[in-house]
Amino acid sequence: MLGSRYKKFIYSAALIAPLSFLLFSYAEPAERDIPKFFVPPPPFSEGIFPCSQCHKYMPVNRKQRKLEQFHTDIVLKHMPGGWCFDCHNPDDRDKLRLANGKLVSFEESYYICGQCHGVVFRDWKTGLHGKRTGMWDGKKQYLLCVHCHWPHEPRFKPIQPLPPPVKPTDIK
Amino acid sequence: MSKRTRSNPLGIKLDRRAFLKGAALGLAGTALPLNKADASFWEAFFQKHFREMNETEIKKVIERLEKEYGQKYKKEIEVGNEKAIPGVLFGYGLDLSRCIGCRRCVYACVKENNQSRDPQIHWISVLRFKKGEKWIDLENSERYYNPAQVPEPGYFYMPVQCQQCENPPCVRACPTQATWKEPDGIVVIDYNWCIGCRYCMAACPYGARHFNWAEPNVPQEELNPETHYLGNRPRYRGTVEKCTFCIQRTRNGKYPACVEICPVGARKFGNLLDPNSEIRYAIEHKRVFRLKEDLNTYPKFYYFFAYGL
Repeated sequence: MLGSRYKKFIYSAALIAPLSFLLFSYAEPAERDIPKFFVPPPPFSEGIFPCSQCHKYMPVNRKQRKLEQFHTDIVLKHMPGGWCFDCHNPDDRDKLRLANGKLVSFEESYYICGQCHGVVFRDWKTGLHGKRTGMWDGKKQYLLCVHCHWPHEPRFKPIQPLPPPVKPTDIK
Repeated sequence: MSKRTRSNPLGIKLDRRAFLKGAALGLAGTALPLNKADASFWEAFFQKHFREMNETEIKKVIERLEKEYGQKYKKEIEVGNEKAIPGVLFGYGLDLSRCIGCRRCVYACVKENNQSRDPQIHWISVLRFKKGEKWIDLENSERYYNPAQVPEPGYFYMPVQCQQCENPPCVRACPTQATWKEPDGIVVIDYNWCIGCRYCMAACPYGARHFNWAEPNVPQEELNPETHYLGNRPRYRGTVEKCTFCIQRTRNGKYPACVEICPVGARKFGNLLDPNSEIRYAIEHKRVFRLKEDLNTYPKFYYFFAYGL
C-alpha cells in the first residue's frame, strides 16, 4: 500500500520536474529578449507627468463617458469601444496596467502595445520594426512605440514631402 | 646608313630622330595646361591607382587633398581612409510597407555626402507606384510626384539607390578600373582615377550612378567636413559618383544618414555575416526581394513588406 503511494509520488514528481523546468526556461528568455539598448524617456507633454499630481485627490470614476474638463484633446481612435482603464491603472495613475493586472511603468509601455500587436512587438525586439539610430554594431537607440505612434490614435499623420528632383526638361 | 640631316632657314642641323623626339615631347607638353603648373597639380597628375598605393603614398595623397579642399572651401576638411572591417559584409533592408515617400532620405544623403546642389545630384530616387498595377516596371514609375501630403491613398513608394551588387556590372564596364568592390561589399569610385566615360552608368541597371556635368557646387557652410577618400569627399567635374552606404559613417560603426533620418524607420542596415543583425532577421523572417534579380547582379539591398499580406 505504502509502496504504491510512494511509487505514485515518484511518478508525479518525475512528470512535474521536466515540465517545471520547461516553464522556467520559457519564462526566462521572454524577460531577457527585451533589448537592453538605450530607450529615451516617453514623450510626455509639458507638466503632464506624474499623473498622480492631479489624480491623487480625485475619486476614480470608472464610468465610460466623454471627457469635458481635462484631456479633451484625446479622441480615442484606437481599439473601438475602448476606455482609459484598458491601459491606464485607476489606482496608481503613474503606472500602466496590462490585461493580466500586472503594472508596468511608462518607460516599458511596449508591453501594453505588445499585448495585441504581437508580431510587431517581436519585430521591434529584434530591431526590424521601428527606427534605429546609433551604431549598427554597437550601442543602438530603440524608440518606444509612443515616440512615433500617438497611442490614442496610432496611425501616422501624413506629412509634407520634400521637393521633387529637377526635371531634365527644367534644366536651363 | 648615314645620318640624314636637313638644313633649315635657321641654320640648325637636326637629324630626323632628334626632331621626332622633340616633337613627341612637345606634343606631350601641349596635353597639360601650363597655367596650373604648381607641384600639387603634377602630383595629382602622376597619382597612382588607389589600390596600387602603399600606406605612405595614400597618406601623402590625402594630405595633398586636405590642403586643396581646405584652400577651396576655406575650412578644415578631413579625408578619411578607413579600411573595410574584416568579417563584415554590409546589407541594406527597406520595408516598402512603411515607406511614405517623404524624401527625407534624399536630402539627408545630399547633405551628408556633399552632393552638388546646382546642378542637382540625388543619389536616392524615390519612385511612386500605383497600388495594384504592374509596378516593377521602373520606366513607368513617377519620380517627380509632388502632392501636399504623403502618403497618398492608392500609391506606394520605393526608394532606389545603389544596390551594392555582389556581381556589379559597373565594375566590369569601367575601362580604367576606377571603380571596384571593397571587401565589405561597398562598390566605390576613385574620383581621381575616373575619366568620366560613363560606361558604368550605361551598365548599371538601377540608374544609381550620377555624372557631374559641371563643377559640383556645394555651399561652403553646408559642406560636411568629415569625409572618406572613397566616399563623400568633394568631387571633380567630369566624374561619376554614387551611394557608398555612407562609407565614412558605416566603417566607423554608425548607421548611414538615410537610416538615421527616416521618420518611419523603414530603412534597415547591418552586417549580413552577423546572425543577430536586423538585416539577417529580415531575410530569414520576411519575404524579401531584390530589384531586377534576373540580371544576376545579386544586390545587397533587400526590399520587403514587413506586414505581408
